[in-house]
Amino acid sequence: MLIRKPADLHYSDVTPKQMYVNRRRFLASSLAFGALAGTARGSMKLGDFKKTSYNADGEKPTPLEVITHYNNYYEFGTDKGDPAQNSKNFRTSPWTLKVEGEVGKPMSFDQDSLLKIAPLEERIYRHRCTERWSIVVPWIGFPLASLLKQVEPGPKAKYVAFETYYDTKQMLSSRSAGINFPYVEGLRLDEAMHPLALLAVGLYGDTLPNQDGAPIRLVVPWKYGYKSAKSLVKIRLVEKQPPTTWNLSAPNEYGFYSNVNPHVDHPRWSQAKERRLGDLFNRDTLMFNGYPEVASLYTGMDLRKYY
Amino acid sequence: MALFLLCLVPVLRLAWPFYMLLTSGYSPALTGNPVEYITHYTGTWTIRFLLITLCVTPLRKIFNQPRLVRYRRMLGLFAFFYVCLHFMTWFILDKSFSLSDMWADVVKRRFITMGMLGFALLLPLAITSTAGWVRRLGFVRWQRLHRLIYFAALAGVIHYCWLVKSDERLPLMYGAILAVLMAYRFYVWRQTAGPRSATTPRTASLPG
Repeated sequence: MLIRKPADLHYSDVTPKQMYVNRRRFLASSLAFGALAGTARGSMKLGDFKKTSYNADGEKPTPLEVITHYNNYYEFGTDKGDPAQNSKNFRTSPWTLKVEGEVGKPMSFDQDSLLKIAPLEERIYRHRCTERWSIVVPWIGFPLASLLKQVEPGPKAKYVAFETYYDTKQMLSSRSAGINFPYVEGLRLDEAMHPLALLAVGLYGDTLPNQDGAPIRLVVPWKYGYKSAKSLVKIRLVEKQPPTTWNLSAPNEYGFYSNVNPHVDHPRWSQAKERRLGDLFNRDTLMFNGYPEVASLYTGMDLRKYY
Repeated sequence: MALFLLCLVPVLRLAWPFYMLLTSGYSPALTGNPVEYITHYTGTWTIRFLLITLCVTPLRKIFNQPRLVRYRRMLGLFAFFYVCLHFMTWFILDKSFSLSDMWADVVKRRFITMGMLGFALLLPLAITSTAGWVRRLGFVRWQRLHRLIYFAALAGVIHYCWLVKSDERLPLMYGAILAVLMAYRFYVWRQTAGPRSATTPRTASLPG
């Protein structure tokens, strides 16, 4: 079924809250790709995206059921099953993502235009959590670099700071979660410009489920999962290394770089092995999570010191 | 018997999901990471059974129900049963039966050191839980030995606290329960060991 966007419809025209919440699916499904009607709750088919050669070395992606029911999204609860439960009514519309700071052309995107920043492509990436589990995810998105180029980074731009959505009415308090909100993350500009760094808007052919970071999230596959901030509202190009949430929470356990590295242990556990969800036994963790092409970003750096 | 079956409920609840996991490769009840789920589940039940065991003496005294002591051994042994499951899950599925890997973790990771300490403290208690051992050791010495459960429970709570990443609400809740149970014992000990102890009947003769 093809759903067209009524030209004169405004969010404010829809008064009952329940209707309003459902309406967003209506609106969002009429995006640039001639989208089809929604499938599971919250997620809709993304029309056109090209397949790529990023295929996690041919490994089978982790089942959607696992990807959507085993989440670290502390704003929605600290148990792995909490986010699936508590994000059901998360409102991702209206949405604004601002890109600003040391840029020639600051930009702002609403929910519709998020999907039009650059052509969408599917990339199957390994995703390695610092907690020693990992999954394989068929993301849909576009390179972060293609957005950064559009805003024209200035000469002072050395780092990219990410800020994620936070709303006490829909989410847990910082005190309960034990970490500061809003969640912030950061990358060095050259890391952010690396072709592997992705802004994801979907997975498994659909828009992102809420618990996986709808409507748009960062994916940095060679770093531990917490670097890949979810539900982004602000991207700032800055001169100095920005603060990052887990580093603020436990600086001796989580550094700024957080590259997947089997040779540098977490103080409380070894990072040499990991369990791919679905496997019973552990497997070896690969340097940079099996993405050696990023190694040149860190030549000459002591990765024990800059963990 | 009814209590025995009740104590088995937590492990029996794992049976069907575990069967599903083995046959279909995925069981929603065990989450996407069944090994971690089972490890946490059996660990949590160990702490719960330790605390339940430590409730027996206060309940017995407060409600004047001396017969409750009959259940204490079984509850304590169930704590040991769950800690064995907890340990085996970790040793088999996380450490793949490797003693050297296990030892490396025990030495290097303080939360594992603490967990192993708790486990080690429970071992002699399980072994000497029989009537024969009470006789062999003599009641006073046996009683003294079995006070190790206080330290085992404390080790369990600290082990849990050190494991979690940031949200410490649950481990702290168990810590608070343990603190209350220990405060009660301290209070009773003060009452009986104090100057008026000569006139107080010796009710605190059994360890908790």
